[in-house]
Amino acid sequence: MTDIEIVRNARGIGRRTSIDYIEGIFTDFMELSGDRLFGDDKAVIGGIAFLKDIPVTVIGIEKGKDTGGRIKHNFGSARPEGYRKALRLMKQAEKFKRPVICFVDTAGAYCDVESEEHGQGRAIAENLYEMSDLKTPILSIVIGEGGSGGALALSHGDKIWMIDDAYFSVVSPESCSNILWKTTDKADVAARALGLTAQKLYSLGIIDKIIKNSDPEYLLDEIYKEIVGLSKKSSKELLDLRYEKFRTIGY
Amino acid sequence: MDLKKLFLKANNELESENIRTRSRRITCKKCQTLSSVSKIRKNNFVCPSCGYYFPVRARRRILMLTDKRSFLEFDGDMESRNILDFPEYDEKLKAAREKSREKEGVICGEALIGGIKTCIFAMDGNFMMGSMGAVVGEKITRLFEYATKNNLPVIGVTVSGGARMQEGMISLMQMSKVSAAVKRHSNSGLLYIVLLTNPTTGGVDASFAMLGDITLSEPGARVGFAGPRVVEKTLKTSLPEGFQKAERVKECGFIDLIVERHEQKEILERLLKLHGYN
Repeated sequence: MTDIEIVRNARGIGRRTSIDYIEGIFTDFMELSGDRLFGDDKAVIGGIAFLKDIPVTVIGIEKGKDTGGRIKHNFGSARPEGYRKALRLMKQAEKFKRPVICFVDTAGAYCDVESEEHGQGRAIAENLYEMSDLKTPILSIVIGEGGSGGALALSHGDKIWMIDDAYFSVVSPESCSNILWKTTDKADVAARALGLTAQKLYSLGIIDKIIKNSDPEYLLDEIYKEIVGLSKKSSKELLDLRYEKFRTIGY
Repeated sequence: MDLKKLFLKANNELESENIRTRSRRITCKKCQTLSSVSKIRKNNFVCPSCGYYFPVRARRRILMLTDKRSFLEFDGDMESRNILDFPEYDEKLKAAREKSREKEGVICGEALIGGIKTCIFAMDGNFMMGSMGAVVGEKITRLFEYATKNNLPVIGVTVSGGARMQEGMISLMQMSKVSAAVKRHSNSGLLYIVLLTNPTTGGVDASFAMLGDITLSEPGARVGFAGPRVVEKTLKTSLPEGFQKAERVKECGFIDLIVERHEQKEILERLLKLHGYN
């Protein structure tokens, strides 16, 4: 696939969404709701579950399966309430010493007037800020679309993984093409230039692992191994390594 | 180069810019009145007839907010590279350097405000719209690390269109990198004041611009995450009055104070004192 085909494929209907991974990997998932501040944004789902024998907190951006589901989950575009719900659940995970696993799949944060006025920027910023200091392991997996700041808000993990046909980008190729060349026709050129594939991001040291087999059963073992490994570190060591991971990007 | 020489060099650069613009006249974008640069400068780059806020370059900002001859620049020689070999980026960087007369889109260093030592950074809207790439992220991160190590507050003046597309995900990840450095600074009990200026949007709004202990803004500054055209498209109708303007953003609860230019230095000084710095 070319880079733009990867982007289009990642947007496509019929892919596994966060719900599929949550149901396929974890047991006894119990969904928890609300940000305790304003509302409950269904674009972000989260709760507690078992990863084999380990209690964990699981959070995912969910796009929905059919028309009804897509509307319910706002096509996977989270409002500030969604990011704040995620942060609330992460803080709760820290308290009860549960590792956090995030599934990222969004075209981007929702861009309506209400989201702006409820502090979309602040909500994303606060997640980056707090996740950098969360004293429990965080694993983030980009399963489809990694759309800019809205995806980044759940990606400040000890490890960032990507399914091999997912993408992660600073801007959508169409917007990029539009801004630079005043046409969306050059989205393919933009996609290539942006370096948004798992392979490219791995070579740049931005992600830690490419998942070639997205089968939940296979992923279960991979995630389990990683979480067990991360859980052995002291919280100081964990936070220092997490800081270094982002500290070294770009320079 | 020893510190004193560096210090003098930085100040000389500031002074030479003073001379270069002394005799020019500028038309106000809003009311079309022609005023001399010296008159506008004396009025803190606010139009003497209509009160329009002229954009202010980063170096000028620092001059306006800090004690005379007190600014010592850090990492002034860092320049961006075209890491991804992005089309037309080299040319854009070259044009930005010429337009802004700066090497990159943010200036960092330490200075005195009312005799109080502080770290300060100011972004430059003339450098690719103040967009954040690896160098901008790195310079601000280093400044926060320096401030943490030396127990200093940080004052940040923001103006930005967001993450710089031409550096792809490396730009986006600077949001995470800087936010983590701000957190460590905060964990050390140190003060971070943000002064939002027009416009502060995108990835900068969604990271260090929204992480201050105290958030100030210039009047009328656009502050928001998504571009207004994107929001309009989502809404499929026109935007409400005052949308993403600092005054409205303050009403929504995300800004502490709107501060006019002529009061900014004094307010910063008072805030530093109120936090026990002297």
